[in-house]
Amino acid sequence: MENATTTLYFHLVPLVVFLPLVGLVINLLIGKKLGEVASGTIASLASGAAFVVACLLMVSLRSNQEAVVVPFAEWIRVGGLAVDWAFRVDTLSVTMMLVVSGVGTLIHIYAIGYMHEDVRLNEDLSRFTRFFVYLNLFIAMMMILVSAESYLMTFVGWEGVGLCSYLLIGFWFEKGKDGTGNAIAAKKAFITNRVGDFGFLVAMFMIFLQFGTLSFSELAHVSAPVGLLGTLVVAGIGLFLLLAVTGKSAQLPLFVWLPDAMAGPTPVSALIHAATMVTAGVYLVARSAPLFALSPVGPQAVAWVGTLTALFAATIAVGQYDIKKVLAYSTISQLGFMVAAVGMGAYVAGMFHLVTHAFFKALLFLSAGSVIQGVEYGHHHDPHADHHAEFDPQDMRNMGGLAGKMKITTAVYIIGALALAGVAPLAGFFSKDEIVAYAFGKNTVMFVMLLLAAFFTAFYMARQVWMVFFGKGRTAAAHGAHENPLIMTIPLMVLAGLSLVGGALNLPHVETLGKWLEHTIEGLHPAEFNWLVAGISLGVAFTGIAAGWFFYGRRSWQPGQNDPVKKWLGPLFTAFERKWWVDEIYNALLLQPYKDLSAILAEPVDQKLIDGIANGLGRMTGWFSRGIGVLQNGLVRSYALVILAGVAAILGYLILR
Amino acid sequence: MNTIPMSYYLVLSAVMFTLGAIGVIIRRNPLVMFMSLELMFNAANLTFVAFSNAFGNANGQIFVFFVMVVAAAEVAVGLALIVAIFRTRHSIDIDLMNTLKN
Repeated sequence: MENATTTLYFHLVPLVVFLPLVGLVINLLIGKKLGEVASGTIASLASGAAFVVACLLMVSLRSNQEAVVVPFAEWIRVGGLAVDWAFRVDTLSVTMMLVVSGVGTLIHIYAIGYMHEDVRLNEDLSRFTRFFVYLNLFIAMMMILVSAESYLMTFVGWEGVGLCSYLLIGFWFEKGKDGTGNAIAAKKAFITNRVGDFGFLVAMFMIFLQFGTLSFSELAHVSAPVGLLGTLVVAGIGLFLLLAVTGKSAQLPLFVWLPDAMAGPTPVSALIHAATMVTAGVYLVARSAPLFALSPVGPQAVAWVGTLTALFAATIAVGQYDIKKVLAYSTISQLGFMVAAVGMGAYVAGMFHLVTHAFFKALLFLSAGSVIQGVEYGHHHDPHADHHAEFDPQDMRNMGGLAGKMKITTAVYIIGALALAGVAPLAGFFSKDEIVAYAFGKNTVMFVMLLLAAFFTAFYMARQVWMVFFGKGRTAAAHGAHENPLIMTIPLMVLAGLSLVGGALNLPHVETLGKWLEHTIEGLHPAEFNWLVAGISLGVAFTGIAAGWFFYGRRSWQPGQNDPVKKWLGPLFTAFERKWWVDEIYNALLLQPYKDLSAILAEPVDQKLIDGIANGLGRMTGWFSRGIGVLQNGLVRSYALVILAGVAAILGYLILR
Repeated sequence: MNTIPMSYYLVLSAVMFTLGAIGVIIRRNPLVMFMSLELMFNAANLTFVAFSNAFGNANGQIFVFFVMVVAAAEVAVGLALIVAIFRTRHSIDIDLMNTLKN
């Protein structure tokens, strides 16, 4: 009997996609008439219902732990290619569903309060509903991504979330620098992701070429091909999948879009650009584990890219002043940790960090949004402020001393920061430690680089906390800041609770998550808990925090002051501050040559050569007809003469022939 | 009786035809041009009749009748056109009728 009920739950899986779509359609049709609260509630309920379904699936999986494929509809049948719409319920996909819908629902609720203010600050109330339509669309697309049974269906979700990302980064598309800043940021994200998507497509072609299928179930048991070509193809699959990962998960060298993506409203940064969408790359690697197991090239490259990104982005985060930019680079760095983990084969550690990171990074972003709105409130209610002057409510140099004004936000922010810094016993400690411990045994260089990244992580979070919340307020806006309503702070508290206890998901020697994922990913090694490594990483975290206190906590930051670390690091800090000039380098190496080439193709080639040929042909026809038009002079007698001459010529020819 | 040589007819016909052609080309009055055209027709007719007589075959003479009928019809149409043009343009100078040029 029990089997019957569990199979019933598995058949609910299409609902994780369709419930958010129902919310979307309702809001799309009548959302504007419903008003803000109702419209936001419907969207949150749609996402919450998807979470309930995901929970039911989890319950079903506990009794029947093998993967279940739920066919939904026939899709593509061409030649040897057969791809159907089918949902795959296994421990890996359900973990992702729980994160996406769970964190997603909290962010939906938070967004009701946040967007209420945001649409007023940006003076367009009609966009409130649109925001929730996009959010629900995102949840639906993300669900397709994680519940897909084949690479092609995953790709549909992959592109769908990319679209939502584009729409939401450019949500205030007419705002930003020079009125095009946000639109340019959205475009940059989309185009950079296209490069990664190209990798995904080529990887899919190669998979189909080599194995003749795109279905995860069938690919789970493939064996390594023999021969040079087969080896090359398998290595190529790994590398092209890596390219896809670098695009979506913002790794070197394609990470440049994520910091600019902060142009979107803060709930978007939390949901899409920290907790869920950007982790799709990590999920993809975990999902492709059987393929990565076939060749050592792919995993090696993935691990190195992840490690380098983790360190590289962490250094940049140290030199940023924008509260959201710090978190953005921090996200890139943490994604680097996850990618490094899955590259090294530590799939559980990677997924574990994915889940805990979703908790505390969503928390940090949402709290940052709360800080920004608090400061903006202070700015708008400052009677002496020049409201036409440029004021950046996200610049940490304009903040300071917010701890007394925003008590809840401060408390949850510090919890999030400690979790991210990796202080025991918060969530980040366990997950990050597992990754570092895995690297310890495998590769010393990676181990040192990851530790260094962890040090910078603790340092920049300490810097941020002291700059934002402690010391004296550096502007009138910081003095006038106030706490936000409960609808925004309650999700923060829930996320703070999850960040506190999230480590319990996979405690050393208990391995809940590890045993859970074992059913999906084969050949997992149990993570060894190493007291030495745990001690070192905890020591690194505390050193980072102490260094942060030394520079930023001991003496309060004064208005107009230079960063105190600049004195110590000199040009190195300038490099952090200027993001290692990556944007400038890309601009000089790729963008400018491309623009120059476009200019050449547009002006001399298209306008002059192509248009010249087309217009020249027309003009020549004109000249020619005007030339022979002279013959038609309207004089009957001259026609007669010509006819006579013609007859004479023909007769002359016939006679003299 | 039949002492006039063939070449006489042909030379006369050629002279008449040439005169007609020159008339058509150099005169601007359509009436004179029609008369020149008639001259050319009749040059052709003369040749027909001469050959018909020389070869003892009536086909050439029958053809002459056809030419006369067609010429009469053509003149009728042409004169009607000239009258119509004169009514609208108040002139029948052939060189002014050039509105279709280019």
